[in-house]
Amino acid sequence: MNVLNFVNAFFSDGAHWHGYDGIPTRLAEHIQYSLIALAIAAAVALPVGLVTGHYGRGGNALAFIATAGRALPSFGLLVLMVILVGFGMVPVMVPLVVLAVPPILVTTYEALRSVDPSPVDAARGMGMHESRILFRVELPVALPLILSGLRSAAIQIVSTATIAAYIGIGGLGRYIIDGLYQRDYEKVVGGATLVAVLALATLGLFWGAARVAVSPGVRRGA
Amino acid sequence: MNRFFDLPSDLQHSWFGLIGLHLREALLPVLAGLLVSLPVAQLCVRFRWLYPPVLGLTTVLYAIPSLAFFVVLIDYTGQTELTVMIPLAVYSLVVLVPAIVDGVRSAPQETLAAATAMGFGPVRRYFQVQLPIAVPAIVAGLRVATVSSISLVSVGMLIGNQGALGNLLNDANIYHRPELAVNSVVTTAALAILADAALVLVRLVLTPWMPRGTRRVRRARTATARPEPAAQPVLEDAVR
Repeated sequence: MNVLNFVNAFFSDGAHWHGYDGIPTRLAEHIQYSLIALAIAAAVALPVGLVTGHYGRGGNALAFIATAGRALPSFGLLVLMVILVGFGMVPVMVPLVVLAVPPILVTTYEALRSVDPSPVDAARGMGMHESRILFRVELPVALPLILSGLRSAAIQIVSTATIAAYIGIGGLGRYIIDGLYQRDYEKVVGGATLVAVLALATLGLFWGAARVAVSPGVRRGA
Repeated sequence: MNRFFDLPSDLQHSWFGLIGLHLREALLPVLAGLLVSLPVAQLCVRFRWLYPPVLGLTTVLYAIPSLAFFVVLIDYTGQTELTVMIPLAVYSLVVLVPAIVDGVRSAPQETLAAATAMGFGPVRRYFQVQLPIAVPAIVAGLRVATVSSISLVSVGMLIGNQGALGNLLNDANIYHRPELAVNSVVTTAALAILADAALVLVRLVLTPWMPRGTRRVRRARTATARPEPAAQPVLEDAVR
């Protein structure tokens, strides 16, 4: 129960709740980094995944890109980027985006490939344009899977954004890294708890989004 | 560049020593994860109601950030390799359990019936029929788990230089030797890709019955119908 005592001590200390190093500031920074990274990754991976999935081509190339993206160590990339580019947001965003692209890309591709071909054929027979088939037929059916890809990307981003603190950027990792250096275990555990809670909240958010966005018919069939 | 492999002595290892350490810290957890997930997956196949809660639990565990996981474990296991390896093993479960369940379920009903008719008991049927049929799916899961595990080990640097090749990153900073950071990233990525290729090779050896370059993923998916939505993320990620 040692850890729980630390958690309790961290959160009940009023000094942790305001100011530059307060929980609201760090939380906001963390969410901000995560959202930017997720937006960039989605802007890159979603269109590519949708188009390749629709035409069913390039699966091997995508698998290769995904493996390469996964193989690059986020933490190493972060430090390397700082050395190459210098201090700033770019070194944080590069590893986070590299981390998030593979799950979005692969899942979107697989989601579109797993759509039942008969409604797609029916839509094509009705004279629907390819882009309309993609957005009106395939996308709604593939949505649960696409969302799950975004979800695992988002969770990985939230978890990994903590390492940004190592190169002097804010976010919840600040507590963990600073706490480790200051041998202030209470701070370390408090920071770790906050990140875990944020990751779980992300999980819940996507669960809720899937409830709202996925058409009931698709949900029942799943 | 000529100092590329000239490592500072505080690392206590040669370049090959670091590679060995890195592979050990990354692969042992995946192995442990595989050993745990095989029986868990079998339980999920046998008792269908067990699968959604197990999936939910692994997904929640997966949501715990690696750094957070490490530091909480420090209290119990200290700043040791074990602290790095336990979270990696837990993360591998989230990929492996759905992959194995999916793979084992993908054995066609007729095949199982044929095995039973030939007098196979449940144990022999599992090891000689279901498991071999599941190999492609299991290896697909192992590939994802292994590659992520190898790249995650580096974070161990933050908890008292337990990051194997990741320790080079800190040295790159404190000694102002960028080539060490390049070395770390390139070596880690190369290890991950080699491990991935090795697993593909393992699959080719273990599944001589499969035509080369097939769309096995397609087949596995249609055979199992659609798993629960909760099953999808990892599954999709794993079964690429």
